[in-house]
Amino acid sequence: MGLFKKSNTNLPEFWKIYESQFKKPASKNFDELTFVVLDTETTGFSFDEDRILSIGALKIKKETVSVQEVFEIYLEQEKFNKDSVHVHGLLKHGQRVCISEISALEKFLDYVENSIIVAHHAGFDLGMLNSALLRNGLPKLKNTVIDTGVIYRKTLIKSYLVQPKTNYTLDELAEKFAISKKDRHTALGDAYITAVAFLKIVSRLREKKNFSLKMLMS
Amino acid sequence: MKNLISERVADFIKNFPPFNVLDTKSLYLLAEQVVIVYKEKNSIIFAVDENQHSHFYLVHKGAVTLNNPTTNTIIDYCDEGDVFGLRPLIANENYKLEARAHEESILYGIPIDVFRPMAKQNEEVSVFLMESFASNTRNPYSKNQKGQLYGIEDKKETKKEIKIPDLQLASYSKKLISCSPRTTIQKAAELMTQKHIGSVLVVSKGLAIGIITDKDLRNKVISGKQPITATVKSIMSSPVITYPRKLTITQAQMAMMKSSISHLVITEDGTTNTKPIGILSKHDVMVSLGDNPAVLVKAIKRTQKIKQIKQLRKSVIVLLNGYLEQNIPLGLIAKIISELNDTCNKQVVEISLAKMKSPPPVKFAWLALGSQGRSEQLLHTDQDNALVFEDVPDEDLPKTTTYFLNLSKKITKGLNTIGYEYCPADMMASNPKWCLSIQEWKNKLSYWIGNPGPNEVLMSSIFFDYSLAFGERSLLDNMSEHIFRTVEKYPIFLVHLANGALQSPSPTGFFRQFVVEQDGQHKDFFDLKSRALRPLIDAARVLILSHSVKGISNTWERYEKLAELEPNNNELYLACSYATKALLKFRTRQGLLHHDSGRFIELEQLTKQEKMKLKRTFKVIKEIQELITLRFKVTNILG
Repeated sequence: MGLFKKSNTNLPEFWKIYESQFKKPASKNFDELTFVVLDTETTGFSFDEDRILSIGALKIKKETVSVQEVFEIYLEQEKFNKDSVHVHGLLKHGQRVCISEISALEKFLDYVENSIIVAHHAGFDLGMLNSALLRNGLPKLKNTVIDTGVIYRKTLIKSYLVQPKTNYTLDELAEKFAISKKDRHTALGDAYITAVAFLKIVSRLREKKNFSLKMLMS
Repeated sequence: MKNLISERVADFIKNFPPFNVLDTKSLYLLAEQVVIVYKEKNSIIFAVDENQHSHFYLVHKGAVTLNNPTTNTIIDYCDEGDVFGLRPLIANENYKLEARAHEESILYGIPIDVFRPMAKQNEEVSVFLMESFASNTRNPYSKNQKGQLYGIEDKKETKKEIKIPDLQLASYSKKLISCSPRTTIQKAAELMTQKHIGSVLVVSKGLAIGIITDKDLRNKVISGKQPITATVKSIMSSPVITYPRKLTITQAQMAMMKSSISHLVITEDGTTNTKPIGILSKHDVMVSLGDNPAVLVKAIKRTQKIKQIKQLRKSVIVLLNGYLEQNIPLGLIAKIISELNDTCNKQVVEISLAKMKSPPPVKFAWLALGSQGRSEQLLHTDQDNALVFEDVPDEDLPKTTTYFLNLSKKITKGLNTIGYEYCPADMMASNPKWCLSIQEWKNKLSYWIGNPGPNEVLMSSIFFDYSLAFGERSLLDNMSEHIFRTVEKYPIFLVHLANGALQSPSPTGFFRQFVVEQDGQHKDFFDLKSRALRPLIDAARVLILSHSVKGISNTWERYEKLAELEPNNNELYLACSYATKALLKFRTRQGLLHHDSGRFIELEQLTKQEKMKLKRTFKVIKEIQELITLRFKVTNILG
């Protein structure tokens, strides 16, 4: 990447604002951190071929989510994958207001700021977002990322007979934590399920001796 | 901005007063301004004298208690859909009570600034607020009630407050089971059996004209006065005694005594001229008072939804608290509380079975493991359970396993709903490794006993403390037989089990001081479970297995049996039995005090006397461990 790195001056203003947020040091106190829990709905699983259909996100500050502060946008599509429509129920040019990829990214960066990003199987959502940024000549996201799929495993006791699975789906988490799955497969609905699961996981991990942000990231 | 989350919030709050009377527009406007707050179990939402928050709260998931910290009493208990923290905001004063998450909870914070103008505009909302502030009668768990628990005067309770049943409204059953006067006695009796009820209302043209109870059947039918083919009209008690809706418990009791009857009919206007809307039995009154294990058992068995069991379990805790306050011997407390917990478990299985599309293909048994299996579980802890079913032909095994796994998932979910956390190590029947046919279990047990590594010993130690929670006892006996036969073949297993029993960390250090935890959330706390209780439990298990005694899984009963079997060690065993009970009581008290499992104890909070008592039990632990080391020659073989 280093070779193609654009000089800072060519980048749009909104990126510079986003980037400047990371200059101030993040709080050391876990309870003062802001988390942005997000989920993306996409046309498929390829970072290059497929596109983001919608982004849903909400902010957690001090274990509180403000309904007013949620983020929900739908993107205009030039490519349309018929197969994934039945999963997400998002039709190309549905009645939703759709915006272009670049303005979606601008809105998202303005929303996420320097918060800690939380997502279930975060690698996928981050990959999709970073590919979109790349397509628009922008660098990758700079935020710290926590994956609820990874931290959930830390709550389980390992024993010889019962090995934790390597992979837990959002459905399994919702079941374990008795979270309603009513809005599954909408970006914001999944983000909400992830947020509740995240809060419940953190409260369980707090009891462990080495609890810290670092522990969640590793 | 309307969004998916605000829609869900609106969907939820519109079901509960005062929001149920708001128009859709205001409802959505309000929902958009809500904050969603997550609260860990036992965390404080607001404290006494704290400044007003900008929001009042509605419980979405979980439960919250309002407490008076100075007297350490619970004033009110808020469940899903209940509103709290509103009065101080309306009255413009600081919080008078403390609100604390009784369970892990999700709350909706509703902004008072947005709500206040809506409340002013809407008369129904104002009326609701006035009424709910004026009456304080919703809570059956207040201190006032507790004095009533046993009908025994507690000398220490000098500051007894005014009794509340005078004010508390009696809750009656709104599901009316009725029949017409022309129904035959036999049909009516069938109906009563089917619905598990003791009375049927006789209704004609929508009005209650009489009632038949178990007593009528006994006095007027079985005695031969009427044949079972006669109509209910010939035996019903008529007219019925009617009362209006708002009837207090005391009023109900008085009415029943006055007319020496056991059932009151609640009608629209309190006379026989309007439609009956409910029935109040002596049993309902007793449940409202919540003080009698027999009544609770009956109430649990009548439940049809798992959520109802959860409500009743609260009464079980009230009962437990009362017993401990009265200093009733722990052995007896454990028996009663375990019986109640068992009944809850059984009922969860019953309800789950009813939810299955077909009856079980073969017989099965639901096993309680760990502390519940030992009948030592007084507080809510994790669930550990397993399922065993009869052998089936090989080709049917996958299908049968799937059936029982589905059933187990329903049951474990139900148990979770009534307050048992999921086992973090997944030792539950919903795990395919813990839901097996009898032959599969035997193979697994043989493997554990034949190849005792540290893990196998750990597994089997959980598994050897089991009891039947539901189903076929013969399956369980079959498994026990198998365990004893296999252990006889592999005596080395006992040595490993004995070694396992010696692995718990020591309770005291070199200078006889308490050893406390070094780090983590429980730094400087004493771990009562692993340092004191577990060594005693583990020792009892290996000793009783070595004597091939089956059917006793309770630790102090095991020690009592051992005392009988080995008269020369009589004294030590009885001391162990006593120590186990003392420690468990200690743990339960601590758990109730801090609303947790009671495992970790803050030493500074203990009195000198309590510390002495604790230390005395440690001496016994040391002695029993020495006995095990010698008897099973642990050092020789493993060293």
